[in-house]
Amino acid sequence: MRYRMANLGKEAAFYAAIAFFVILATFPFYWMLITSLKTNPDLYNVTNIPFWFNEAPTLAHFRYLFEQTLFTRWLLNSLIIGVCVVAITLVTALPAGYSLARMTGRSGESLGIVIFLTYLVPPTLLFLPLSRIIADLGLQNSMWSLVLVYPTFTIPFCTWLLMGFFKAMPVEIEEAAIVDGCSLFGAFVRMVIPLSLPAILTAVIFTFTLTLQEFIYALTFISASDQKPITLGVATDLVRGDIFFWGEIMAGALIASIPVAIAYNLFLDRFISGITGGATK
Amino acid sequence: MATIAEPIAKPVSRLSFLLDRRAVLGSIFVAPAILYVLLLVGVPFLLAVYYSVSAYTIYDPSWRFVGLANFRQIATDPVFQETLGNTFLFTFGSQFLGLVLGKFGAFLLLRPFPGRKIVRALIILPWAVPIALATVAWEWMFDSLYSVINWTMISLGIITRSEAPNWLGSPHLAMLCVIIVNAWRFFPFAIVIFLAGITSVPQDIVDAAIVDGAGFWRRNYQIILPMILPIVAVGLIFGIVFTFTDLSVVYLLTNGGPQNATSVLGFEGFQVGIVSGDVSHGSAISLFMLPVLLLVVVGMLRFIRRREI
Repeated sequence: MRYRMANLGKEAAFYAAIAFFVILATFPFYWMLITSLKTNPDLYNVTNIPFWFNEAPTLAHFRYLFEQTLFTRWLLNSLIIGVCVVAITLVTALPAGYSLARMTGRSGESLGIVIFLTYLVPPTLLFLPLSRIIADLGLQNSMWSLVLVYPTFTIPFCTWLLMGFFKAMPVEIEEAAIVDGCSLFGAFVRMVIPLSLPAILTAVIFTFTLTLQEFIYALTFISASDQKPITLGVATDLVRGDIFFWGEIMAGALIASIPVAIAYNLFLDRFISGITGGATK
Repeated sequence: MATIAEPIAKPVSRLSFLLDRRAVLGSIFVAPAILYVLLLVGVPFLLAVYYSVSAYTIYDPSWRFVGLANFRQIATDPVFQETLGNTFLFTFGSQFLGLVLGKFGAFLLLRPFPGRKIVRALIILPWAVPIALATVAWEWMFDSLYSVINWTMISLGIITRSEAPNWLGSPHLAMLCVIIVNAWRFFPFAIVIFLAGITSVPQDIVDAAIVDGAGFWRRNYQIILPMILPIVAVGLIFGIVFTFTDLSVVYLLTNGGPQNATSVLGFEGFQVGIVSGDVSHGSAISLFMLPVLLLVVVGMLRFIRRREI
């Protein structure tokens, strides 16, 4: 009986700890949701209980966001930037990853590590010279500057990710194709690419989320409201004068967060094995 | 002897002959990626180094060489010294807090229980969602008047309304806030890294340790921890690099204030180089990150090498 009680206590402590972590991780998002659905008088009254609705919930903030702000424009900008960066990244990283895994032998291994290390070169070290380069190219205040710059971290990342995947793929598949009369290039296009669609999909998803998460380059290069990507727009452009309109800001943050959250959860395991590069065998 | 299959005769051009050589095609395949990185990471990096020893501003884009004068000016500036100290405090404070939470969280999630998948999906959110957006939510939670944290503490009778803290308005609390937000963003990543490490330890090793009489602590710190160290080190390196060089949390939450109390290197480089247009001093400030980054890179290479053996 006493054993059972101790066990019960242990179980309770375990679930309490789990609950603590879940609340810690999700509370700010709950806060976005509840704020975005509250009326302003409800929000700005310190005597109200903040955790729940004291007045009927409203969609006014969302309506305002879509009708009175550039929110849809920012969504579109982010989509265009994302698609272009994904295209540039795939075209360069896919052959590079394959080459480093299969065609360049021992030097490919070292080259792969060097490329990956460039992923660690921080934006705050490069943003000053890059902003001058972008000004020289006439791209300042344009979202195309981001299309040009974002591949500097997505290419290293995806090359590394794909390199790991190609290494794990049995080499016999291409050998069979070459024996059957395929050229090396043909084997890559006709056999390797179709067989690595899951890895390519992972690279696409992560490239896209990396472009959505990026903030520093966007902040540095773009100040024109209609050129901003969604993350920058929501974080810096919904403040009018000195006044924060928390309802709209939280609504925007929530909408922009959802797709990234879903994508991450679906591809998390691949991401982890990608960045740790199979650090343990 | 009869040939089994006649090779099909194909029109052979010199180009396709070249493309069929592994080394040649390999170089062609890897060239675009290398070029892109060289042009937009390598060249800007050299430019940054050159700016830092010149007198370049956006109003006067001269390339006059001034030697180490910029560095000397910066190093003696008390604001910069404070910034440097803040950067270390911010990085190690948030990494430490994040790692403690991560280790503890991973320990919990190791055990199967109903709903574990959902719990994991929820816990990963702070790291998945763009940090700029989450930071804005925290800013609202730390609001001087409508802070939900203060409301809760007042309702529980811990403090009265008049003594409610102004989170982002007082220097020490503001630093605590940026550390908390960054640790909050980092701990799910630490959990995932620890989990990936622990599950990669073969069960028979743990079993053998138990048979040999190793207790809980001994098992954890003398057997499992050394085995997962390479994977944890890679995770930690990521955490340190991205925290040490970040500016988004500070920019959005406190804008470096109050009175530079939360100013960090990345933020200061942005303020001087972009906002004030003093590119050469801004570059010099950013380059102060380099020694730490180099240390981290060397550490990373050592761990990657170890994996090879």
